[in-house]
Amino acid sequence: MNRRRHNAAGALGGLAAVCAVTLGVFAWNGRTARASVGTGRTGEQLEYASPVEALFSPDGTRLYVLCQESAQVRVLDAKSYEPVKSIAVGTVPRGFSLSPRGDRLFVANSWDDTISVIDTQTLEVAATWPVASEPSSVVEDREGKHLFVANRISNDVAVLDAQTGAEEKRLAAGRGASYITASPDGSKLYVTHVYPNATPHRTAPASEITVIDTARAVVVDRIALPYVAHGFHVAFSADGRLGVATNMHPKNLVPLAHLEHGGAFADTLTLFGVDVGKPVEVPLDELELYAARPFGIAITPDKLRIFVTCAGSEMVTVVDVPRLIRYARTHPGSNAQDMSASANYVVERIAVGHDPRGVVLTRDGSKLLVANRLEDTISVIDTKTDRVAATIALAGPKKMSVQRHGEQTFYTARYSFQGQIGCANCHIDSTFDGLQWDLEPDGFGRDIVDNRPIEDVKDTEPFKWNGGNPNLPTECGPRTEKYFWRAENYDSLTLTDLVVYVRGLPARPNRWRLPGRELTATQERGQALFVRDVDKFGNLIPEANRCVYCHSGPKGTNQKSFDVGTKKVTDNSGLLDTPQLTNIAITAPYLHDGSAPTLEQIWTVFNPQDKHGRTNDLTKDELNDLIEYLRTR
Amino acid sequence: MKAILRIAMAVMLLGVPAGAAAQAKEATPRVHKAANSVAKSSIPVMPHFRFENFTTANGLPDDHVFSVLVDGDRIWAGTENGLGLYENQQWKAFTTKDGLAHRAVLSLALDKRTGDVWAGTMGGLSRISGGRIDTYTQLNSGLSNDVVYGVSVEGENVWVATAAGGCKLDLHTGEWSLYNERNTPMVEIWVYGVSATPTKVYYAVWGSGVLEYDQQKKIWDKYEDPDGENEMVLFKDQGLIHEITTSVSYVDNILWVATYFGDSRYDGRYWHNFLTKDSGLPSNFTNVIKGVDANRAWFGTDKGLAYYDGVNWAVYRPSLTTGKPEMTVRNAKGTVSPVAVSTAPAHNYVLGIDFQGNDIWVATAKGLSHGIHQP
Repeated sequence: MNRRRHNAAGALGGLAAVCAVTLGVFAWNGRTARASVGTGRTGEQLEYASPVEALFSPDGTRLYVLCQESAQVRVLDAKSYEPVKSIAVGTVPRGFSLSPRGDRLFVANSWDDTISVIDTQTLEVAATWPVASEPSSVVEDREGKHLFVANRISNDVAVLDAQTGAEEKRLAAGRGASYITASPDGSKLYVTHVYPNATPHRTAPASEITVIDTARAVVVDRIALPYVAHGFHVAFSADGRLGVATNMHPKNLVPLAHLEHGGAFADTLTLFGVDVGKPVEVPLDELELYAARPFGIAITPDKLRIFVTCAGSEMVTVVDVPRLIRYARTHPGSNAQDMSASANYVVERIAVGHDPRGVVLTRDGSKLLVANRLEDTISVIDTKTDRVAATIALAGPKKMSVQRHGEQTFYTARYSFQGQIGCANCHIDSTFDGLQWDLEPDGFGRDIVDNRPIEDVKDTEPFKWNGGNPNLPTECGPRTEKYFWRAENYDSLTLTDLVVYVRGLPARPNRWRLPGRELTATQERGQALFVRDVDKFGNLIPEANRCVYCHSGPKGTNQKSFDVGTKKVTDNSGLLDTPQLTNIAITAPYLHDGSAPTLEQIWTVFNPQDKHGRTNDLTKDELNDLIEYLRTR
Repeated sequence: MKAILRIAMAVMLLGVPAGAAAQAKEATPRVHKAANSVAKSSIPVMPHFRFENFTTANGLPDDHVFSVLVDGDRIWAGTENGLGLYENQQWKAFTTKDGLAHRAVLSLALDKRTGDVWAGTMGGLSRISGGRIDTYTQLNSGLSNDVVYGVSVEGENVWVATAAGGCKLDLHTGEWSLYNERNTPMVEIWVYGVSATPTKVYYAVWGSGVLEYDQQKKIWDKYEDPDGENEMVLFKDQGLIHEITTSVSYVDNILWVATYFGDSRYDGRYWHNFLTKDSGLPSNFTNVIKGVDANRAWFGTDKGLAYYDGVNWAVYRPSLTTGKPEMTVRNAKGTVSPVAVSTAPAHNYVLGIDFQGNDIWVATAKGLSHGIHQP
């Protein structure tokens, strides 16, 4: 294989360290949610652009860049890359697309649950439509009848009237529905998911590509993705015969000690369509060179090359399509474990900026533009030479805040052995992964642990389920370096920056809470059960057996350890750190080992002795009330 | 009361027409007597069907068919041994291995907006969506009970009838609301059927009549038999015919109610009761009722399938005496006439009904029947 690794031109140099503090941006759920906007020592605000996606206008004259942190669509001249205009959109925009006629640009604003509709003639926001929970991408059908919106939290695709924005219905998708891609003829939509669907405890994860018939606006198929936990973008060949999805394939059923043997994740593509028949999974990794966190993808119009951003590895992997198809036809099923496979079809690795995400090809396929999220740049790759021809710097601060450096550290895979994984491998978009892992410090096959979410994690120490890490510097530093990275430790400045970033992670808005934060009647009844000190028979509930005792305070933890009767035969101890309740509605599965797939099962299955709170006196109605209250936390 | 319920439940599920034998003796002679005295020209024109019957012999998962659902060209059959899907002239079976909550599928409902199918089973509620099956049980969700007799989809809400009350799943929020003796006028909590619309939701509550929920006013009301639990009908057309309700269907602002002791129609002001003695109903023991519109309805009884067009009645069944295909028509005067047919539903014990254009699909105790409308 003729493989080269090129350095990005214009990549940002060394760290311009700037002491930073976070700014309050908006409030939600009673706690301040802070975007990572830094302030420099000299007082200037450092508001980064953080480009995540890019699009060309149909006539090829404009480049639209979706900037997540500055909450803007930046409009650039497609030839000179000079800025034309910046258009303010909603909070944490995650996906955007043009209408088939190109007259409207739709933006999915994931944190304020809206769609911004931009008139591409005036470059003004013509409308802002409220939608459901954490909209992450949006696509209009060819007829201009419906708009399809992938909702990450409600796990569905909303179907809106494309003219009014009125929601007509929601289609059941997989867990963490996030990215929608239309087939070349527009007849079908393909939806991928960042979190795995529920599978039985300690079995392989699975995800799906949900297939929607656009004319009927119904789900017509689900392409099963066995072993895949996280799916991102999909691309199609121009003839529609080949679909390719970017995936992360965790190896969480074996001890993580196998990192040395490529054992943490396979970074893969799933191929589907007429060209390959049944779906085929192929790895992008090779021994000693990993394609961590594949995300964006594009196929050249001539169907000769596939370009994949590998966000953790900060590079673009180039795949030869004819060779890939030949390989797939002779290697059905999953080839994720075959570290020699990629030699058959990977032809280049092109270094780009920090956390490269979305990609877009020029219409003739001669250039590939890559949005480097944590560098505020766009890499322009010449697809003939597979070299970075230019790097476009987006307007924004040139200095680097502490948070920004910490975020780069969080998202890169460069610290781990052979560059296999980074923090973001398991904390998808700085959240969680819905998986359980076997970390070997406790013994192989011992102490299986569910991955806890990290949003709003400040002041919830100690960390780890056994409460073994007293603070974030310990959690993120020695523990991570020793048991995850195995290759390189952080210098003290980097660790500090990482901790500052993690401590500043805000809680995403809680969608079960009414806008004014008041509770519904059901939630109020549940709250009464949560705080009660007497059971239904009039007996005093021991203090340590009341919900509110352990799950106290604004984040729902008293930061102490208890035995709640959930110890399994594989656990070394039943004494467990009390987890915070932040956004608990969306962080299934539950309990320390993830053995409870739903909140209900914590009490209907795993609390026979009332050790995890006094609950066995409750009727089914009352247990439902309690759960509705918990969802507001 | 519970013992009676269990017996009746067994009767319904096993397809043993316990009350049928006694009633057959009084119903059958009336047909023959009337038929001999009526000229053909006076027989009302009623729908004719050619019935094609499916059993395990031609691919149906099981012959005990509890429910049937038409989804365009696709037919779903809830059987005692899995959920059958008839598509492109082939049967496919979904079982617990595919994620189905339980092999015995008692009820089915279609979300017409999304195409999702909801299946109420003896072990929970399942959603079949694009080939994926998600299951809700009383342990893993807010579902009130795993025995799901009825299910109905209205907008974003899935209304469920269970052995421990009714409940509703809000698909937008994931919230379950439970309806039982603690928050509704329900006395018994054995809920057999549900019919949900954007304005009204009706539950057929075994031993507790019909429960009505007004979606706008958000209030409950209850309809009971004015005779109480008396087996005699003292107040005909004064209210619900009996407390032991089995099925409800709310169409065009008309409520149709089935019981094991006759059926009823309610227009919001007036009740009309149907009994074998004064209507064309072949049996008072009615498992299922399905309104076509304000005036027309189909009845699935233990003695055959019946149709009421607002005036006249037609009954389709294998003869109770000979087993040969039989169709009878009863006109407004009560005159019953036989109509020559060569096919009939697979069995007289009818548990489910659905429509496919002018065709009808019928779930019976011994197979699934497709009534192909004849011009």
